[in-house]
Amino acid sequence: MGERRVVLHYPRTLIDEPIVSRLVRDFEVTVNILRANITPDQEGVMVVGVEGKPKNIEAGLAWVEEHGVKVQPLELDVVRDEDKCTHCGHCVVVCPTGALRVDDRESQVVVFDSDQCIACELCVAACPPRAMRVRF
Amino acid sequence: MPKTYEEINDKIRQGSVVVVTAEEMVDIVAEQGAAKAAEHVDVVTTGTFGPMCSSGAILNIGHTKPRMKIARAWLNGVPAYGGLAAVDLYLGATEMVENDPLNRTHPGEFRYGGGHVIQELIAGEDVLLRAEGYGTDCYPRRELETLINIEDLNEAILCNPRNAYQNYNVAVNTRTDRDVYTYLGVVKADLGSANYCSAGQLSPLLNDPHYRTVGIGTRIWLGGAQGYVFWPGTQHDPSVPRAANGVPRGGAGTLACVGDMKEMDPRWVVGVSFQGYGVSLCVGIGIPIPILDEDMARFTAVSDADIVAPLMDYAHGYPEMTGEPLGYVSYADLRSGEIELRGKRVPTAALSSYPRAREVANLLKEQVEAGEFLLSRPAELLPSAESGKTFRPLRERPPVREVR
Repeated sequence: MGERRVVLHYPRTLIDEPIVSRLVRDFEVTVNILRANITPDQEGVMVVGVEGKPKNIEAGLAWVEEHGVKVQPLELDVVRDEDKCTHCGHCVVVCPTGALRVDDRESQVVVFDSDQCIACELCVAACPPRAMRVRF
Repeated sequence: MPKTYEEINDKIRQGSVVVVTAEEMVDIVAEQGAAKAAEHVDVVTTGTFGPMCSSGAILNIGHTKPRMKIARAWLNGVPAYGGLAAVDLYLGATEMVENDPLNRTHPGEFRYGGGHVIQELIAGEDVLLRAEGYGTDCYPRRELETLINIEDLNEAILCNPRNAYQNYNVAVNTRTDRDVYTYLGVVKADLGSANYCSAGQLSPLLNDPHYRTVGIGTRIWLGGAQGYVFWPGTQHDPSVPRAANGVPRGGAGTLACVGDMKEMDPRWVVGVSFQGYGVSLCVGIGIPIPILDEDMARFTAVSDADIVAPLMDYAHGYPEMTGEPLGYVSYADLRSGEIELRGKRVPTAALSSYPRAREVANLLKEQVEAGEFLLSRPAELLPSAESGKTFRPLRERPPVREVR
């Protein structure tokens, strides 16, 4: 069993298709929707964790891509501009997953652990020097 | 044996000065005692890097041809004050770009304002100046639109009426239904966060609690350049209650600071945005404190455990100006990442960067050691606790209108 977190970009034409249901049914994977923003007549973005046998995840995501959904690894989604970050530490209470945190209390340096980032984007507007940004 | 400023400066010139940071001084005094530390340490360097709202820039753009008396001006769309002579402008750090949606959809993002323009000027970027005048015999021109660059300005002076607060509130939120958006950042609902903003043991005025050495004319490290304290900062309040070590238990002393923007570094003067609140400017400040005697050694050895700050409720009480502290907490506890309040574990968030404060203190230490930064004796000291100076609220006096 494995898990992969990905960002799915739905073009407008695919909004009505039951992509996730078929992914679950036909490829025997569980899809954990971490975040979704899909409105009629617009491109949809969904952040999902896909769990199952690695072979099935691979095949399932390939099938999704064949149907016109762009699949991106999640860690590319929110990035930190290291030149802008001042390590003030405000984001650590805004981040709901602990992806932004202070591990070393002595240095007080803020780490960004993209593996734990669910791309909720709460840090983007909360960061005073606006060092966090979304990259699609 | 007390030391003098002159003796310390002679040592700086000779390269024999002993300089340590305010962090290092904590251990030195703990190990050797204040008397011994005062004998061999000459200078303790402090540092802070945080949002300091009461900041701004004085810019002289040079005269236009034909001449113009600028009445209204915008820099990259941010209004600057033109009510000073003809071509002097003052750009405030918290001024918002014109037509920003502000908090019309709460919380607003507050992406761009005076603080950002100041950083871009220091970074050497071109800035668009648009100005209007009403025309006079000596200054006939009425409109101006031009790119300006800090290199071409006659003067670009960072002139900050209130910086380097000696201690500050810690913000918490007792509302259970939503976060509150403040100048101390997003304060999470239901005591979900404790937001603080001080470099604590590294902060300049917390190392000179009674203002014995920092005063008007003190040379300081400001935004990467050498600047000066030019006055007590606005809201300077030495009357705040103090702990036994002399350290105020809340926001007290402040400094008005001035320096040449042309010599500054955009890494140390950073425009920042506070969601739902507005824009501001993060300023790096470092002050070298002369260890004139044993008392100064003791003061500069203050540690985060010995400095407390008041917990204020930014949902109820603080906004209405009626609140009393919910309690006090030390910077050692704040920096541990979690405090306890009303039986709840509350995660902490800093708005002032401790890693950057440490960097400032170390940079200043290197400069003093290298003979590049001499200490200056203040021309006047700041008002002390004995001065009777306090920080008063506004007493509103609605004008009485005559009834006919």
